[in-house]
Amino acid sequence: MAEKVGIYVCHCGSNIAGMVDVEEVAKWAGANIPDVVVSRDYKFMCSSLGQQMIEDDIKKEGLTRVVVGACSPHLHEKTFRRACSNAGMNPYLCQMTNLREHVSWVAVDRSAATLKAKALVSASAERVKMQKPLEPMSVKVNPATLVIGGGIAGLQATLELADAGYHVYLVEREPSIGGHMAQFDKTFPTLDCSACILTPKMSEVGQHENVTMMTYAEVEEVSGSVGEFTVKIRKRARYVEYAPCTGCGICIEKCPQKVVDTVFEAGLGYRKAIYTPFPQAVPRVPVIDVDNCRWFKQQKCKVCQKLCPTNAINYDQQDEVVEIKVGNIIAATGWKMFESKGLPQYGYGRLANVFTSLEFERLCNSAGPTNGKIVLRDGKTEPKSVAIIHCVGSRDTNHNEYCSGICCMASLKFGHLVLEKTNAEVYSFYIDMRANQKGYEEFYQRLLAEGMNFVRGKVAEITDAARKPSEEGKLIIQCEDTLQGRQRRIPVDMVVLMGALEPQADAKETGLKLGISCSMAGWYTERHPKLDPVATMTDGVFVAGVCQGPKDIPASVAQGAAAAARVMGMITKGTVTIEPIVASVTEEECSGCKICNTMCPYNAIEFDAAKEVSHVITALCKGCGTCVAACPAGAITGAHFNNQQIFAEIEGILWDAKPQAEPVSA
Amino acid sequence: MSQAAKPKLAIYWAASCGGCEISILAINEKILDVAAAFDIVFWPCAADGKVHDVEKMADGSIDVCLFNGGIRTSEQEYMAQLMRRKSKVLVAFGSCASEGCIPGLGNMNTREEIFDEVYTKSPATENPQGIRPQQETNMPEGKLHLPMFYDTLKTLGQTVDVDYYLPGCPPEADNIWKAVTAIVSGQLPPKGATIGVNTTVCDECSRKRTEKKIKAFKRTWEILPDAETCLLEQGLLCCGIATRAGCGALCPQVNSPCIGCHGANEGVEDFGSRMMTGLASVIDSQDHEEIDRIIAQGIPDPIGTFYRFSLASSLMRRKKKPADSAPASH
Repeated sequence: MAEKVGIYVCHCGSNIAGMVDVEEVAKWAGANIPDVVVSRDYKFMCSSLGQQMIEDDIKKEGLTRVVVGACSPHLHEKTFRRACSNAGMNPYLCQMTNLREHVSWVAVDRSAATLKAKALVSASAERVKMQKPLEPMSVKVNPATLVIGGGIAGLQATLELADAGYHVYLVEREPSIGGHMAQFDKTFPTLDCSACILTPKMSEVGQHENVTMMTYAEVEEVSGSVGEFTVKIRKRARYVEYAPCTGCGICIEKCPQKVVDTVFEAGLGYRKAIYTPFPQAVPRVPVIDVDNCRWFKQQKCKVCQKLCPTNAINYDQQDEVVEIKVGNIIAATGWKMFESKGLPQYGYGRLANVFTSLEFERLCNSAGPTNGKIVLRDGKTEPKSVAIIHCVGSRDTNHNEYCSGICCMASLKFGHLVLEKTNAEVYSFYIDMRANQKGYEEFYQRLLAEGMNFVRGKVAEITDAARKPSEEGKLIIQCEDTLQGRQRRIPVDMVVLMGALEPQADAKETGLKLGISCSMAGWYTERHPKLDPVATMTDGVFVAGVCQGPKDIPASVAQGAAAAARVMGMITKGTVTIEPIVASVTEEECSGCKICNTMCPYNAIEFDAAKEVSHVITALCKGCGTCVAACPAGAITGAHFNNQQIFAEIEGILWDAKPQAEPVSA
Repeated sequence: MSQAAKPKLAIYWAASCGGCEISILAINEKILDVAAAFDIVFWPCAADGKVHDVEKMADGSIDVCLFNGGIRTSEQEYMAQLMRRKSKVLVAFGSCASEGCIPGLGNMNTREEIFDEVYTKSPATENPQGIRPQQETNMPEGKLHLPMFYDTLKTLGQTVDVDYYLPGCPPEADNIWKAVTAIVSGQLPPKGATIGVNTTVCDECSRKRTEKKIKAFKRTWEILPDAETCLLEQGLLCCGIATRAGCGALCPQVNSPCIGCHGANEGVEDFGSRMMTGLASVIDSQDHEEIDRIIAQGIPDPIGTFYRFSLASSLMRRKKKPADSAPASH
């Protein structure tokens, strides 16, 4: 029996109708596409009236297939599938045609756009006739969650979940949780002490009965899918046994090997070869840096082992790989600082008194290498003038086009600290002052009142080449002051470069493990930039904090909490529905050649040695089609994307292609 | 059984090498059973017979026609149409009729290029006057006619309606006998089917297979393969992964990689693209330059490798003709 197809063409207000003659498309489809019994256009198909129209037609006209020409299926596929389902039709017999993103928004010629719309509607109509009813599958959600990254976003997510009674595995790459926030002195705009608000959260996480914390550890492999992920985590050897160590710190105190701390102290201070990154570290169990430890380098010393009161030092410890099962994953992997040497005109690394913002954070920090004194690289001289350069590596087409978001406010904070702690003049060199969150503009006004100098313009160069006596021994900021409309040279003692926030060097690699993608800049891509900011296109994987894009502490905390709330929603519901769009092997046609066995990115293909055929584990399959393409015998079929459906779609799209004269000629 | 009650059989030969005809005879003494079971009404290769004899037969009076060879000339096209009209069951017999086979590789050239090669350029050709075949030649005795040579070789199925396909270059004797007995006993698959099995050669190959990762493709003369391991895993470009089984894995069993003569598996539209996606999936490198090198060194003739038998029936059918060679009607 022939199918009865209903076609619905949406105006989307003027979004589609402005460029496509939607009435004509609907009329044409009704008259020309075989098996179409109803063809309508409507102002907003996604409205309840639009959906009702489809439901009524299914019931009255006995439609067996539905095509909706509207926006992207990302937005409304669920809506129209549900409408069909309400009217008793299998939802997978409904096909969307993207007439907005694929046609009206990208077209400039109305008649060409209308023609393209017809071809796409025809393709969908031919395809939908070949579609088969599918039944979604249901999977139980493991209530445990993996949080990757122990910065403030990850800590917030961890605590929200753990406090709600759910188990969290928190994995952190560094020896301690805390992230970048632990390096800061004050936080803008309230100037409360960063450590004072962070460390209580850190110790709460460290002691929480529902948290399994794994520091100095990294996620190695993720398999499975929403509801039941299996994650392999490599816990790097600390050479200090966790259980007996009391964190007394004798080993650190007595270790004879000093090492420049390029991570926590940003290269301004020292740590020992056995160390915790900072005194309030959680856990307090130190790690041995084997590249610098005298025992590992020269088989001499063993001071830490001799003095440890609980015999916790174990030089033979090995990396350990643990396997955990979780239902959901939150990636809160944070950021790294722009390498300021990439802008040689600013002299970082060459001119001693040019500092990065992270170095400056450590200078200001009362627990830092100078006990909070703002001094030049010589360690003692107080600067008489300080320049703060905004947008170093941000808003710069040669480096990162994006705005790093936090630097304007951090600059104001630095300005305040300089004015508070020294008698220096402070200059801010900014492009635009971005102070658009709660209390931020007020903070800017406060700094204006406190006497911070603002120069609007991008700095061209920082040099120590003096042109006149007043510039001798100074760093000269060469810059165009766009408010005064002239070039200026401002001599200062100290320069702070507000470097861009950049994605972690291995963000892409981590994304691949998790099955989530990155933007061009390298930030993780959220499911929807406005309406679904912490979910990703991979079900069960959420993002929080700066790894999704530059943001300040309040926004990171909000995202951490939001991601936790999303996970709790999944756990509370208990089960998730999985799309039935999966691959399957026709056993008769499979010769067991094993081509597909290594292909599956989700490890969903198994070889059945007894039958000598491969088969797909449906619960793990995401329907990506890799194995379908790989199978040389054509024995694997992708449900909803089989040959018949794809060829029908192609034939539909070529509805107006005239059959060519046979390539036979003489 | 009286002579009149025997079903009528015809066997015809178009653009092919003649191997199919020999393979029919290679069923050995069973050919006597064929002769006993059928009344062979037309088989120009083995028995005298004229086209006008067939023309005189009633339409549909031949029970089974085994037609081998592709369609390259107007005469072959006429014969395909004639045999179709006269036969109840038309079988595309062997690779040429089914998918074009080696003659189909001529679709990588135009008619003019083929004629240039054959009548002018080939080293063995001595043709100072540049004589080319003409469709009509006036001679004192009258006009001589030659069939038209088409630009493109078509399969039998692209020319006329085909009932069944029998794969192989040539089809194996056992399979011919099975097909013939199936037809005689009326145990026929649905029209349009390929008479054979729906899996690939690996299923019939006894070599040991593991998960494949290939760093280099080797030509047969470059290595002495071991007799136990999958040839593809040893680097030989074995098409067994994509080729319809039924041959008993004849070639791989004697250390020679499958070249794909049984064509694609059931439901597969394009043999070559299946081979390519299959192999692309197991090349063991993430480095673009290395991948290019592996392909360039190991697969110097992709068309001859992946479309050796199926170019004419593939999605491409032929190489794109130069824009100025507008197709003339025939």
